[in-house]
Amino acid sequence: MALCAFLPVGFAGVWQLQNKIDEQREAMLLERQEVLLWPGSVVKKLSLEYAPLAGAIYWTRAVQYYGESHRLSQGKLELLWPLLDVATTLDPHLLVAYRFGSTFLSAPFPTGAGQPDLAIKLLERGIKENPDYWRFYQDMGNVYYFDMKDYPKASQAFAEGSKHPHAFIWMKVMAAKIAAEGQSLETSYFLWRDIYQTTVDKTVKENAARHLKIVKAQLDLRELNRLADEFEKRRKLRPTQESDLQQAGLMNGVPVDPEGFPYVWGLGGNAQVNPNSPLAKEKEFQKK
Amino acid sequence: MRPVWTVATNAFREAVRDRVLYNLVFFALLMIAASILVGQISIGIEQTVIVSLGLTATSVIGLMIAIFIGVGLVSKEMDRRTLYALLAKPVQRWQFLIGKFIGLVMTLAVNTAVMAAGLYVALWMVKHPLERNDAYVLLAVYLILLKLAIIVALALLFSCVTTPFLAILFTFGIYVAGVFAQDLRTVQAVNISPSSMRLMRGISYLLPNFENFNVMGAVAHGEPVAWALLWQATLYAILYCALVLAAAAAVFSRRNLK
Amino acid sequence: MCMSQYVIETENLSKEYPYGFLHLKKKTSLEGLNLQVEQGEVFGFLGPNGAGKSTTIKLLMRLIFPTSGTARILGKSIEDVSMHQDVGYLPEQPYFYDYLTAAEVLDYFARFHKLRAADRRARVDNMLKKVGLETAKKIQLRKYSKGMLQRVGMAQAILHDPKVVVLDEPMSGLDPLGRREVRDIILELKKEGRTVLFSTHILSDAETLCDRVGVIVGGKLQGVGTPGEIVGIKARGMEILFEFTGEAKSLPLLSSATKTGELYRVQVAEEQLYSALDQLKAAQARIQSVAQIKPTLEEFFMNLVAADRAQANAVEVSGK
Repeated sequence: MALCAFLPVGFAGVWQLQNKIDEQREAMLLERQEVLLWPGSVVKKLSLEYAPLAGAIYWTRAVQYYGESHRLSQGKLELLWPLLDVATTLDPHLLVAYRFGSTFLSAPFPTGAGQPDLAIKLLERGIKENPDYWRFYQDMGNVYYFDMKDYPKASQAFAEGSKHPHAFIWMKVMAAKIAAEGQSLETSYFLWRDIYQTTVDKTVKENAARHLKIVKAQLDLRELNRLADEFEKRRKLRPTQESDLQQAGLMNGVPVDPEGFPYVWGLGGNAQVNPNSPLAKEKEFQKK
Repeated sequence: MRPVWTVATNAFREAVRDRVLYNLVFFALLMIAASILVGQISIGIEQTVIVSLGLTATSVIGLMIAIFIGVGLVSKEMDRRTLYALLAKPVQRWQFLIGKFIGLVMTLAVNTAVMAAGLYVALWMVKHPLERNDAYVLLAVYLILLKLAIIVALALLFSCVTTPFLAILFTFGIYVAGVFAQDLRTVQAVNISPSSMRLMRGISYLLPNFENFNVMGAVAHGEPVAWALLWQATLYAILYCALVLAAAAAVFSRRNLK
Repeated sequence: MCMSQYVIETENLSKEYPYGFLHLKKKTSLEGLNLQVEQGEVFGFLGPNGAGKSTTIKLLMRLIFPTSGTARILGKSIEDVSMHQDVGYLPEQPYFYDYLTAAEVLDYFARFHKLRAADRRARVDNMLKKVGLETAKKIQLRKYSKGMLQRVGMAQAILHDPKVVVLDEPMSGLDPLGRREVRDIILELKKEGRTVLFSTHILSDAETLCDRVGVIVGGKLQGVGTPGEIVGIKARGMEILFEFTGEAKSLPLLSSATKTGELYRVQVAEEQLYSALDQLKAAQARIQSVAQIKPTLEEFFMNLVAADRAQANAVEVSGK
């Protein structure tokens, strides 16, 4: 009888103790040295015939690492590349890993690891192992365009991808557009929208949605400033109130940003994002 | 009625009545069920995880059955002396050996079929209509079965030659070596002399090349398996098993029982 | 093919076991066995443990291979597995697949013989009845007692109507009832005209059952013959049992007598019987019985074993 009573009590004790230990370890801010983060070739040998399964496991760990690093705000996502490197060495056909990596390796911190060169390296491996998957060229183009701002290379990537029989036609159009204009808001908007619509990855989708809002706001601001110029031509001064343009008959309704906050007019008479809007925190709208 | 078939059906019956077998198969099915959960943690690769984990479970559990029960096929009979009455019957020793081999391979065929069924159930639960490409999983399981047949033959050979413990060790050792046989053949390094290269290539042909039967990478991503690979691998397995069993029969035929 | 007149015969059959470091030393468990067993006889293979009885039988059944020499059963070499169609074998301390029932085991073994399915089923049922296992036939062997296993063993040995039956220590581990049953089966086999070779270290069984006996000690066959032949028919004398309560000096015979309780026992040569009796009569001893002392197989046996041991010791002392 005493034994039966001991078991649940004992287990409760273990439970509590484990929680305490978990807290303690987090408080110690141990750099969570990922165990088993050996070079990809070693892990591949160790996993005998079961490399694809091991690859899936490492991929899962990469995703969790990314998710948790935001919660714990430790380090600068240094382990993202090694984890993705091992995962794709174990299973070179893990398409999602390459795509995820291309977004979050190249994006600047805190969204990503800020290592666009490694993103390119990952994508190059992806292309080598999966030559039929033209999307990698798209991803490569995105990395060059958004994060490395290397427009000639971006254009080249889109051009290369467009050669694939299954590639969408806009790849060719994009190659030409970037070659001609370099960066443009329309291009950016188009590229982000394609990512948003085609990705299956929830994290990537959220990231794309956020960037879409930013670019939309940028497009809106550009359009508002153009209307402000028109306003100035007529009234000889810049707009100051949110409703100014509407009253001048240049717009229907008060312009709001994608988060639903009305745009405001700055001191210089230029349109700006509402300080109360979440978009104001984005670095694109920070005052220099 | 050929004695081989009599021994085979009895070996099958023995395996079926062995509780250990059920535990192992149950464990494999558990792993496959778990794969559904695991698949939900990792994004975008649910199918990959289920197929990889399912095939891994089938392969690993099958391996354990093949090695442990395979070694026991002969050694248990010798230890327990059940063999004495049998060999006094009009049956040749090689017939006994082949019969045991066939019996265990039949058992493994049933087991892998059960595990494949479990895998398909898991797959179906995750993606409701199964596609044509999912049929390739069955081919992957078939290739695993061929691999297991070779392991059984090796287990039989070693159990005729040495103690059960060492036989298990050696069989497992050859399995690991066989996984890397392909690498051994294509090894490129600067410091190796040509004669060493030739030696390594020779050994790589001697070892069972288990890479031949590994299509997990392709099937996990829904890629097809070539028909040519199937019948070539089947032929390889048959030939290799025949060689190993011939060696085992030769050893066993002259072995003095305790 | 020349037909030998003997059912079982061996010619210089020998078995050596290598042992020790690098297997350099050799232990001889059977040396130059020349044995002939005739048609229809019950032949007892007698010897202490480790004498080579089991070795011989295992050699005959081809479970182990001879170092030298040959053997034949029913005129065919022991290398000929087809000969086993007509041979039944009961191993020492038999053990069978414990996950099978008795009926399944017998059916399994029966399948190796050329029997039709209906015939096989009938024989299995017959055998089970014959060895008294009919009620237990659906129980798995793992639940069987030793005696029951022995009976299963006997059943599988004779199920296929063999001409020759070889039994290795068939009585071992059985209670008296079981021993009696085995004895009855052996006698029945003999009546059916089969040849029986069985090994045992229980002398009384050999004495009562066998037509002929072969005594093997230390790997060597010491003698073959009828039980009577082996020990010699000559009686060794007479034994007198008597009671005596008088003074010792009136009966000089007492000095060579042993006392157990109230009874004295003395052995005298046959020629001296009457003078001894006269002595006792004069001393007024009460005579209980007068019996002839016949040496038994046991004594012959013990002497042989002692002699063999002495020789072995001598060899050891003197070196190889």
